[in-house]
Amino acid sequence: MRYLPLTPEDRKDMLATIGAASVDALFDDVPEAARLKGPVDLPRRATELEVERAFTAMAGRNLSASTAPFFVGAGAYKHHVPATVDHLIQRSEFLTSYTPYQPEISQGTLQTLFEFQTQVALLTGTDVANASMYDGSTACAEAVLMACRITKRQRAVLSGNLHPHYAEATRTLAKYMDIEIEAAAPVPGGLDAVSDAIADDVACVVVQNPDVFGQVHDLRPLAEAAHAKGALLIAVFTEVVSLGLIESPGAMGADIVVGEGQSLGVGLQFGGPYVGLFACRNDRNFIRNLPGRIAGETVDADGRRGYVLTLSTREQHIRRDKATSNICTNSGLMALAFTIHMTLLGEAGLRTMARLNHERACQMADRLAALPGVEVLNSAFFNEITVRLPKPAAGVVEALADKGVLAGVPASRLYPGKGLDDLLILAATETNTDADLDALEAGLKEVLG
Amino acid sequence: MAMNTQGRPSRPLHDFDAGAYTDTFSGSRGLDQAEPLIFERGRVDVTGVDLPQPSGAPLRIGGLERTAEIGLPGLAEPETMRHYVRLSRKNYAIDLGLYPLGSCTMKHNPRLNEKMARLPGFGDIHPLQPQSTVQGALELIGELARWLMVLTNTPCVAMSPKAGAHGELCGMMAIRAALDARGETGRRRVLVPESAHGTNPATAVQCGFFCDEIPADATGRVDMEAFKAKLGPDVAAIMLTNPNTCGLFERDIKEIADLIHEAGGYFYCDGANFNAIMGRVRPGDLGIDAMHINLHKTFSTPHGGGGPGSGPTVFSQALAPFVPVPYVVREGETWRLVEHEHEAEGQPFGRMVAFHGQMGMFTRALSYMMSHGSDGLKQAAEDAVLNANYVLARLRHVMTAAFDGTCMHEALFDDRFLKGTGVSTLDFAKAMIDEGYHPMTMYFPLVVHGAMLIEPTETESKAGLDRFCDTLEALALAAQGGETERFTSAPRHAPAKRLDETRAARNPVLRWSPPEDRPQAAE
Repeated sequence: MRYLPLTPEDRKDMLATIGAASVDALFDDVPEAARLKGPVDLPRRATELEVERAFTAMAGRNLSASTAPFFVGAGAYKHHVPATVDHLIQRSEFLTSYTPYQPEISQGTLQTLFEFQTQVALLTGTDVANASMYDGSTACAEAVLMACRITKRQRAVLSGNLHPHYAEATRTLAKYMDIEIEAAAPVPGGLDAVSDAIADDVACVVVQNPDVFGQVHDLRPLAEAAHAKGALLIAVFTEVVSLGLIESPGAMGADIVVGEGQSLGVGLQFGGPYVGLFACRNDRNFIRNLPGRIAGETVDADGRRGYVLTLSTREQHIRRDKATSNICTNSGLMALAFTIHMTLLGEAGLRTMARLNHERACQMADRLAALPGVEVLNSAFFNEITVRLPKPAAGVVEALADKGVLAGVPASRLYPGKGLDDLLILAATETNTDADLDALEAGLKEVLG
Repeated sequence: MAMNTQGRPSRPLHDFDAGAYTDTFSGSRGLDQAEPLIFERGRVDVTGVDLPQPSGAPLRIGGLERTAEIGLPGLAEPETMRHYVRLSRKNYAIDLGLYPLGSCTMKHNPRLNEKMARLPGFGDIHPLQPQSTVQGALELIGELARWLMVLTNTPCVAMSPKAGAHGELCGMMAIRAALDARGETGRRRVLVPESAHGTNPATAVQCGFFCDEIPADATGRVDMEAFKAKLGPDVAAIMLTNPNTCGLFERDIKEIADLIHEAGGYFYCDGANFNAIMGRVRPGDLGIDAMHINLHKTFSTPHGGGGPGSGPTVFSQALAPFVPVPYVVREGETWRLVEHEHEAEGQPFGRMVAFHGQMGMFTRALSYMMSHGSDGLKQAAEDAVLNANYVLARLRHVMTAAFDGTCMHEALFDDRFLKGTGVSTLDFAKAMIDEGYHPMTMYFPLVVHGAMLIEPTETESKAGLDRFCDTLEALALAAQGGETERFTSAPRHAPAKRLDETRAARNPVLRWSPPEDRPQAAE
């Protein structure tokens, strides 16, 4: 087997050194009844070529985003990622290292995490960020738990326009922790009634911006309403590129800002691995209650600047059942990809990219609005809109897929049984061409008849 | 600001020289190059990406334009490349050498897996595309699920958990849901051996349970008498790692399973150490109800500097009805994703995450598993156990083995061999860095004083292990021979000297700030 360096002679010599009669003897502690007599019922070893053939066949049964006019968003977005990013994250020293528990030989990872944390804090308009979470949805769920710890309250109110997967992940994580989750009904293209639900016992209000239907909101009134009741505002985003054009959640009064960083550096990857961004204002109580790993600056024995994982007394490996979260792994390599892409873009590049996204979406909105029977619901949006179609969106999307156009996400896939069957959520990015818009328009015309 | 040994800088100092050497004019030492932060190097008006010029059409964002400068520096592409390549060189990595972190299974990461994950048909598909356009992706998830179920002899697996701890949460939530379905509101006590990973108790608490520690016996395994005494009508589950964190197989595991079941509880098995037994022992045959599998350990998906991980969780028939959405099912020739609780057959406890799990890790893990096959996986487990026992046999005369007898895939030592030398486990580990090795896991498990847990994995050669053992033997003799300074001043040859972690925690600096915004330092 190509990955196993021991030779039969090595094994014999090593058993002699150990003083064991056979490898089987090393497994003596396994109960007799649980010892397998032969190999498990799976195929035997395969060469590289055989594996490549099998994978290429499976991959061929998928329609990849770059081969189709592509307008799918709703929490994951197709953007161009510079070739440099993928090269750098495949550097052995980044790819095949572990959590930087030995800082003297992990300064590469630690400094990039410090850079990542700073970039995330700047982007979100907050003061500090952690070293990443699994993804945006788990970051959202952990933010609610954090808000409950900080306020010592056990109730959270979710906007109905929060991505339903985020809402479900939050509900699931809170389920057995005596935290009550209340959610408003979705209002596509508008503002839901979340601020009516803020009572004195509410720990936090969770609102997504742009929301799952693409609508952009001014968070300031909601922040004021929450703060008036002693509740925290948690702002969520699924499209980080929007922060290059729209006022930051921190500047609009959010106390904790969480979101998905997939758009920068990571790619679509059928939903994972992604990178959760988690940031908050600089408050001792907030920082003490942060989940996940955090890199911090310090000095070495010679007084030279260096970085370490810090504030670990919050974490499970020290605090065990008193930890702020059970999280151990972060999304290190994806955080690195995010940071490299962000560094390549810089502020100037990010702002340009954001504008290009918005302009494409404006063009898409205008062209769709001109189609008979199609109504654009958004008054303000970034790169994603929701349209009402004259027939159920799921069938339309399937019919368009048959024509090789990936036209978006039917709202019914996210909100089944909620009466949103005619709604279609579409995203446009800098990767879309005029020809893509032509194909979308022509395809829709044909399918809608 | 660092000064040189004469107390004077040898050249004009810049703000970003804080990490630089002071005995050279450039701040670098040969291949160890000083590298400031991007915030000290880049500029907000510089970009390394060529983009078309926007048309300047009016914005339709509700008047919420971000006008103030954000402060994000950019670098041209060559500068970006150098910045991150230079930083990468300050990291240790599996590709550079033995990485014997016990409990972490730092094995070789085949590049075939990277190539497979990047096929556009896997890397460039959206999780919410119509299912008819991602049949190959759903098939891959289904195929990996089959391999995991066969290897563990279990009827069900939840694929969506994003890491080991997330898989633990998945397992324990299913247990909680099953208890709730039985109307058992009084079962809230979870038995956790004191040698358990910290994630175990942290997870149990997130499911509304509280923990009760079981002591280890003199052989490093669960103390059966203590365990039996703790069983009762309020016990929800036991969380047991097997092989355990001392690197030992729990001989009484079947009896433990039987007893916990008789007492009305469930058996959560922490699968972090599955590498020792894959292809040789199926956890389902041991009576487990749930077990997560770390694809980033056992099945070699890269650790990436601390993630991403992936923690699919297998279940017994008793817990299968409670697995979370989403999951894939096969209907004839078609694969279908069950995404909503109301579409599910059982009573899912919820959804753990957006979308469908760590697809990029699934492709890598399946590529690894198919490469090995049933015979190769078994051989890998055997070689992992053989390598660990070889290290144990070679070193037990100079270092103190924590327990008698052989081990599974990791060898555990304590610090008795350092007694009276003035050298601690930490010092010993840091001295390994000077010898070109990543240290072993230190001070874990907690049941052993000054623990040193060495997991070489199966991808090390005998010659490589011999060099490693020769080095550790020499270090142990040096410590015992009074060369304390070698250890207490270590590492001397790493990109950084020992870092002040206390200072980092006491005065947290968690991001870069412009010099004018920084609080005045106390000194």
